[in-house]
Amino acid sequence: MIKQHYQSIIVQTICSLLIPFIQLFALYVIFHGHYGPGGGFQGGVLLAVSIILQRLYLGTKIAHPKFPPKLTMAFAAVGLLIYGLAGIIPMAYGASFLDYGSLPLFWVHDAELRALGILIVEIGIGLGVFGTLVLIFDNLVGERW
Amino acid sequence: MVAIDLFLSRYVYLMIVILLAIGLYGMLGKRNLLKKLIGMNIFQTAIFLFFIEGATKAGGTVPVIDESLGMEAAKYINPLPHVLILTGIVVGLSLTGVALAFLLRIYRAYKTLDDRDIMANMKESSE
Amino acid sequence: MRWLNALIMLLFVALMLYATVGLPDHADPQAPANVHVSPTYIEDTIEDTHTPNVVTSVLADYRGYDTLGETIVIFTAGLACVLILMKRKGNDKATLSKHHRSDYM
Repeated sequence: MIKQHYQSIIVQTICSLLIPFIQLFALYVIFHGHYGPGGGFQGGVLLAVSIILQRLYLGTKIAHPKFPPKLTMAFAAVGLLIYGLAGIIPMAYGASFLDYGSLPLFWVHDAELRALGILIVEIGIGLGVFGTLVLIFDNLVGERW
Repeated sequence: MVAIDLFLSRYVYLMIVILLAIGLYGMLGKRNLLKKLIGMNIFQTAIFLFFIEGATKAGGTVPVIDESLGMEAAKYINPLPHVLILTGIVVGLSLTGVALAFLLRIYRAYKTLDDRDIMANMKESSE
Repeated sequence: MRWLNALIMLLFVALMLYATVGLPDHADPQAPANVHVSPTYIEDTIEDTHTPNVVTSVLADYRGYDTLGETIVIFTAGLACVLILMKRKGNDKATLSKHHRSDYM
């Protein structure tokens, strides 16, 4: 196909087959963190690994339009913002910082609201770790943007 | 027999101390900055291992509450070190990233990663 | 120099092994770390947070402040990576080794 590809049909096929499954598993790890081993950190690292694998086997010319490097910083910042908001919004409702029991989601109650708050926070951590790791990778391999 | 018992109850600490020594040797004895970084990572891993080893309990399973097991604390291993090390691993990873960025920068400036050459270069250019 | 390194390592190993004498045995359920605060986490997690995975509930709820700090550290590390490797004007190799080194060393 295009010259930037990794020049091996085996590597290309296996990587393109593997990446959707890695991403699916990453989402599973994030959202199943309440009931089994997993959580935001692990799922975020898995998501970042899928993007890094794509960059490795496609080369930057093709892989960068698929996931623009400019987005990584935005992902990291949005993840941190989600976490920060989950901490600050309860303060507006009279509770202390990071007290998920007072999040303004009125259709769930005490302990379940805390579980939902944990899920929100885990999604924030996952996005933050994902964005940061891809950002570090992009900078270390020297791609300017 | 006492020695064997002592060894069996302490062998993990022995392994951890060996890993710590390897990491310290990498940080102090090696001249290449990249090897120093690898030594720091080994040192870090030894500390992670030490915390995880401190979390184990005889007769405990993973700290995911199972209805059929009940809620007694003795049935589950200590979750706190796992939490600390989970965050510690990710922070260590980002620390490695920053350190690699510094190494790239140093290599671009001095064309070497050997600390003696870098020191000589710095002294030369400051005179 | 090599002998000095070996001596330092041997001293370090001896010191650390001496320090492990005071540590609890392998997998001791009565170790101080296992009886202090973690039983509360394990026993209260279902009631407080409906989260069977104790690691998750401690990570994001009981010690959420800690994890917020860790996330900030990670984000700052990413920013530091960008800033360290960023190309600025008058910052390339030639000027680096001559004039402006003290600006950022």
